[in-house]
Amino acid sequence: MTTWIDACAVGDIDEEDVIRFDHEDRTFAIYHSPDGAFFCTDGLCTHEEVHLADGLVMDYVIECPKHNGQFDYRSGEAKRAPVCVNLGTYETKVENDRILILVN
Amino acid sequence: MDAICIIGAGDCGARAAFALRENGFSGAINLINAEKGIPYERPPLSKPDEHGQFVREIAASERYDAAKITLLSDVNVTSIDRRISSLFLSDSSVLAYDRLLIATGATPRDFPNDPDECALSLRTKDDAEKIYTAAKNAKNAVIIGAGLIGLELAAELRGQNIDVTIVEMAPAALGRAVPKAEADRIVERHISAGVRFIFDAKIDRLAKGMVALEDGEKLSAELIVSAIGVSPNIDLAESAGLDCGNGILTSSTLATSDPKIFAAGDCACFDHPRYGKIRLECWRNALEQGECAALAMLGGCEPFQKLPWFWSDQYELGLQVVGRPDPADTITTRDLGKAATISFYSSADGVLNAAVGLGVGNAVAKDIRLAEMLIEKGARPPLTSLTDPTVNLKKLLRS
Repeated sequence: MTTWIDACAVGDIDEEDVIRFDHEDRTFAIYHSPDGAFFCTDGLCTHEEVHLADGLVMDYVIECPKHNGQFDYRSGEAKRAPVCVNLGTYETKVENDRILILVN
Repeated sequence: MDAICIIGAGDCGARAAFALRENGFSGAINLINAEKGIPYERPPLSKPDEHGQFVREIAASERYDAAKITLLSDVNVTSIDRRISSLFLSDSSVLAYDRLLIATGATPRDFPNDPDECALSLRTKDDAEKIYTAAKNAKNAVIIGAGLIGLELAAELRGQNIDVTIVEMAPAALGRAVPKAEADRIVERHISAGVRFIFDAKIDRLAKGMVALEDGEKLSAELIVSAIGVSPNIDLAESAGLDCGNGILTSSTLATSDPKIFAAGDCACFDHPRYGKIRLECWRNALEQGECAALAMLGGCEPFQKLPWFWSDQYELGLQVVGRPDPADTITTRDLGKAATISFYSSADGVLNAAVGLGVGNAVAKDIRLAEMLIEKGARPPLTSLTDPTVNLKKLLRS
């Protein structure tokens, strides 16, 4: 079953940045891209379980804060070693200045 | 070019093998692994996860198959014959190469006065297995050496409720790798966790269950670990007549004195455009030099000029260092909140040279990464903007 979950306010994430969002026993990373869109991926890096919300966002790339693996956070695609497994991604939408994510 | 051989299947050698394929090389790749099994990452050996897991494979075995990388494990190279461009292996086989990468890493220095070989050391998966198995039944441990490996291991052993004494010959922990302010904070964290430090120590001898100091004190030690640094593995290269010093000497493109042979990772002493001849012992360098050497073997000529970067995790603390912090530089410190700080090292003309961050978890990671990009750019950020936490480093980078 998929459900829209209220994650945070639009103003909670600076442009070209990322925050952590925990829901039940899962953790996500929510991104605000330089062109003002919002994206959501799994929170933990696929290499070692390091949370990506501590990593640096440059353009459309999130870099793991520990081992510098990179992902395109729009598609979840692994872009640089040591990561080789893509991140899961989740649809987002904005309603009344709130960011919602579609979680299954 | 038909065949490339890589001696050493640590993070550097394995990364080089995959990078060769990623960059279009279609010939044979032989990755020669002195250890048994699938190549693994070394950092977790001194930082097991919360389940005590310390083995993480660099890649699953199917990935070697898929990339057509021939992984030869549990076999040593006994010699390199440069006249016929071939390797002689301990299983009596001979491998020809068109290009060769030596990524043999380093070996822990033996503690000199240890006739009964009481001290364990930590470099391989087997070493880690021995230490953590011994730790299960130990009430106390002595670690010789207050470097990163010794301190990380101390934090891990305290987590298992083992009494830990760290014996260090120097007057302070972490030597030149970590500046005093951050080293002091890390030592204080260890002391609050119950670790005892003995600095300026003179060890008389090691015996089973005991470390005897010259002043007569005898430290009970059901587990003794020596963590006094490593020496680069250069024997094969020396025997083959390659130029060596503190490591296998290479050019800025990681070529040795034989243009068919390259060296990378902990064993390589390379010519860095910024620092001159240096040898680095850190994980990211191993990966990045593996990639650089792969490109160089395929004819690339980009010099290796990445900045040194390393991290350490101890208790809840995360340390990250980029560049080479020089105490003679001007040091400005930014408070990132929640007990996280980042210190910037700028030369007299304002050029940013290095940054050191210490905080809980990965709190300093973003800013250290941005500092790295500022250093690479040759930026001269005003000192007032470095100390001011409201100034976004990303904006400084783009200004």
